[in-house]
Amino acid sequence: MSAPTTDRPAATAPDEAAKPLAPISWKAPTGYGVFSVLSLVLFGLLPDSGRESTFTISTSKDFFQIDPITVPSKSTAILLSLIALGLAVFSYVETKNRRKVGVWLPAIFGVCVVMAFLVWADAGKDSPIPLTGLLQGSLFLAIPLVFGALSGLLCERSGIINVAIEGQLLAGAFLAAVVASITSSAYAGLIAAPIAGALVGALLVLFSIKYVVNQIIVGVVLNVLVIGVTSYLFSTVLKNDAARYNSPPKLPTIDIPVLSQIPVIGPVLFRQTVLVYVMYVVVALLQIFIFRSRWGLRLRAVGEHPKAADTVGIKVNRTRMRSTILGSAVAGLGGAFFTVAAGLAFGKEMTGGKGFIALAAMILGRWNPVGALAAALLFGFSDNLQVVLGIVGTPIPSQIMLMTPYVVTIFAVAGLVGRVRPPASEGIPYVK
Amino acid sequence: MKLELRGITKRFGALVANDHIDLVVQPGEIHALLGENGAGKSTLMNVLYGLYDPDEGEVLLDDEPRVFAGPGDAMAAGIGMVHQHFMLVPVFTVAENVALGHEPVKGGGLIDRAAARKLVKEISDRFGFDVDPDALIENLPVGAQQRVEIIKALSRKAEVLILDEPTAVLTPQETDELIGIMRQLKESGTSIVFITHKLREVRAIADRITVIRRGKVVGEASPTSTEQELASLMVGRSVSLGVDKGPAEPGEETVQVRGLTVIDPAGVRQVDDVSFGVRRGEILAIAGVQGNGQTELTEVMLGLTQPVAGSVQLDGDELVGRSVKEVLRAGVGFVPEDRTIDGLVSEFSVAENLVLDLHDVPPFARSVQMNLAKVRANAEQRTVEFDVRTPSVEAAAGTLSGGNQQKVVLAREMSRPLRLFIASQPTRGLDVGSIEFVHQRIVQERDHGTPVIIVSTELDEVLGLADRIVVMYRGRIVGEVPGGADRDVLGLMMAGVPLAEAQAQAAAHHTTLGGADLEAEHGTTTEEADR
Repeated sequence: MSAPTTDRPAATAPDEAAKPLAPISWKAPTGYGVFSVLSLVLFGLLPDSGRESTFTISTSKDFFQIDPITVPSKSTAILLSLIALGLAVFSYVETKNRRKVGVWLPAIFGVCVVMAFLVWADAGKDSPIPLTGLLQGSLFLAIPLVFGALSGLLCERSGIINVAIEGQLLAGAFLAAVVASITSSAYAGLIAAPIAGALVGALLVLFSIKYVVNQIIVGVVLNVLVIGVTSYLFSTVLKNDAARYNSPPKLPTIDIPVLSQIPVIGPVLFRQTVLVYVMYVVVALLQIFIFRSRWGLRLRAVGEHPKAADTVGIKVNRTRMRSTILGSAVAGLGGAFFTVAAGLAFGKEMTGGKGFIALAAMILGRWNPVGALAAALLFGFSDNLQVVLGIVGTPIPSQIMLMTPYVVTIFAVAGLVGRVRPPASEGIPYVK
Repeated sequence: MKLELRGITKRFGALVANDHIDLVVQPGEIHALLGENGAGKSTLMNVLYGLYDPDEGEVLLDDEPRVFAGPGDAMAAGIGMVHQHFMLVPVFTVAENVALGHEPVKGGGLIDRAAARKLVKEISDRFGFDVDPDALIENLPVGAQQRVEIIKALSRKAEVLILDEPTAVLTPQETDELIGIMRQLKESGTSIVFITHKLREVRAIADRITVIRRGKVVGEASPTSTEQELASLMVGRSVSLGVDKGPAEPGEETVQVRGLTVIDPAGVRQVDDVSFGVRRGEILAIAGVQGNGQTELTEVMLGLTQPVAGSVQLDGDELVGRSVKEVLRAGVGFVPEDRTIDGLVSEFSVAENLVLDLHDVPPFARSVQMNLAKVRANAEQRTVEFDVRTPSVEAAAGTLSGGNQQKVVLAREMSRPLRLFIASQPTRGLDVGSIEFVHQRIVQERDHGTPVIIVSTELDEVLGLADRIVVMYRGRIVGEVPGGADRDVLGLMMAGVPLAEAQAQAAAHHTTLGGADLEAEHGTTTEEADR
């Protein structure tokens, strides 16, 4: 070592400006830039001028009516795209100065680009885009994702990876349909659904905790098992006497008095089925109890450092078992969405991969109930967007539109997540 | 509370970890359990703490036989344990960790945070710990984490406190504080079982000493015994405590590290503008408390991670930016700090592990296939040369003892012509015999004229091996001292105190262990004389 090193004042930091810094990640500003320019060109500059887009906001039951809004398509799209471009520039400047940007930026950016897209999609069309309906449907489609993501986080916070959410949703949907049909009560179906989920969860617990099989493999196998069992019963029992076994009544929509009449918010949040209200309660309860209760502290301890939990007398595997079965029941309840809440008969593989999107929502929501809710709503929105635009009719081929929710999922999880920290011991069996 | 273990036997398959061990700890006594790594000390304490079921024998508290189904029972009976690897949840606060398992609750099962905080504050104030109940564990230095562990045990009204290798992660000054705490606890009537393999500490702290070797109690000793006596009792033969090495004959400086800076994905500056050089034929030790950037420094030198700035030059060739393979082929030998994870592939045979880095070049490779005869012959030769005790070279590396695993790693890394040798924690967790062997090989490598870098958190090892010492703290180099420097000065530097100040402070106040060092030097016992 060179001589001067020994006598320099090592404990005091030298001039901060002279220090080498970590390389800047340009991922975010680049992404914003590309999307805002694409938006500007595709939705603003390329289309012909002189067309108009219309949005409706009110529903008939509101306190007061808001007239449909009609805007000139081209200039509105350009304006929105320019705002997005401005945000991209802002993001670039902030990144360059090594400052962090709040979550408001991606939120506003997303709204601008989506609105620009909607303005373009509706340009010159006779049918207006029902904004309230779009949001209402988003929440509706997000229901299984929210329950699925909550299930995932309950299990993973305790250290068990639950890939079987898809199967638990399907099992819940199946049992809800059958029980509701036999009893002619949608509510009975709602009670049966979590039981089906919990049964699948019990199998997950049996294999992953008792027999220490790789949790992801067990989860995948359980998904296939539930598909097999429900498809078999569907083809044999349900099809033979569909009137008796597979014609579940629909959960009634319950309007919360007063609240449901507030424009926009009312129809979206408070004109829903009881399943949605249960969802609000579950999200709120989990948010409080996971982070503030004795139960939650132990649950998280077991998922982070099981040995530490063991040394203070917490039964690690019993805690994991309980939370996994509870989580699976939550997913089963979410499964009721497909049959009794949607008012549909059970169909083979009707969950269509929602359980996996729910896992993505859990990660995007950073293993947090409220975060999972927000992420699930984003995915629900992209799902419903494709439905609404299908009705309005757009120049985009329907197959491409069908991809939207999945593309959004990939971009969201890859790009927006940033640095997340999953529970440290998830997926690692605890064996003394 | 009086604690007694009677005839405790614990077997793991064919291995008898504890063989009819008897131990009595009187109330208010500091009882040291002395033994080498792998002697069965921790197993015994895990039996006592309810983590393992004993195959034979019983535990008595105040002469009452007790059976513990789990740690919960042991704690309820008044036994507290501070584990060698802290049992703290890194993402929880201090208060949450202390409360875990016996949380104060308000209505509805919600945690009464104020009560949890108050409990920490009370105990912390009583012993002058200065621990913030709201700090996250992962942000605390290890010394503070250990105090949290002690608070955790005391908050459960522990009357017997087991400390498992508590000084392994501490600087001499922190160790001094710990000794103070232990004495304070003893005053208040707590019995303490102090598990260690460090002779110096045992003599400084213990009231009584029980020595364990290969799972058996081999005798009791009094704290007035000499280190030499304790060492031979512990190992079962007479051992030389120091490292047997002649003076270094440094040549030209062939390794130059300049302005090396590593920033991790979280933006933390793990290695901060580090510069040093190593000459041929000298051992440079990088000392410091675990987690001050040493791991990252060695990884960046090997090419496992890339620095944001700086250079590493070996004989004038730049190593930064090269792949690990290129760095190894350039003549760098590397012993990683965790041999079971980074040093070996446990499932592979000893023979395969010995050619992990050379499997693709002649003579071990013939076009696309490996020359298994050569691999085997190489293994036969190396295992003899490095005294690897294995049933066969085809045995899985994971089945060997820690010392033999480390010899396999050394054999692989030292069997190439080296231009730089880096060993990270080369003797962590090894028995005395293996430590002697490893040290001897490292000194031999130095005497061949190879520049050697040793990264160690173990002050004894640093003082015994190094020709020069640099101390790292929070990613920076605090300063440089010659080999065999004052233990207290090094300890202070490991806590971030600059050299000059550290010397002044150390001169003003010597720690128990540092003082013992100086005494030994003046008394010229044989083991210290050759430093």
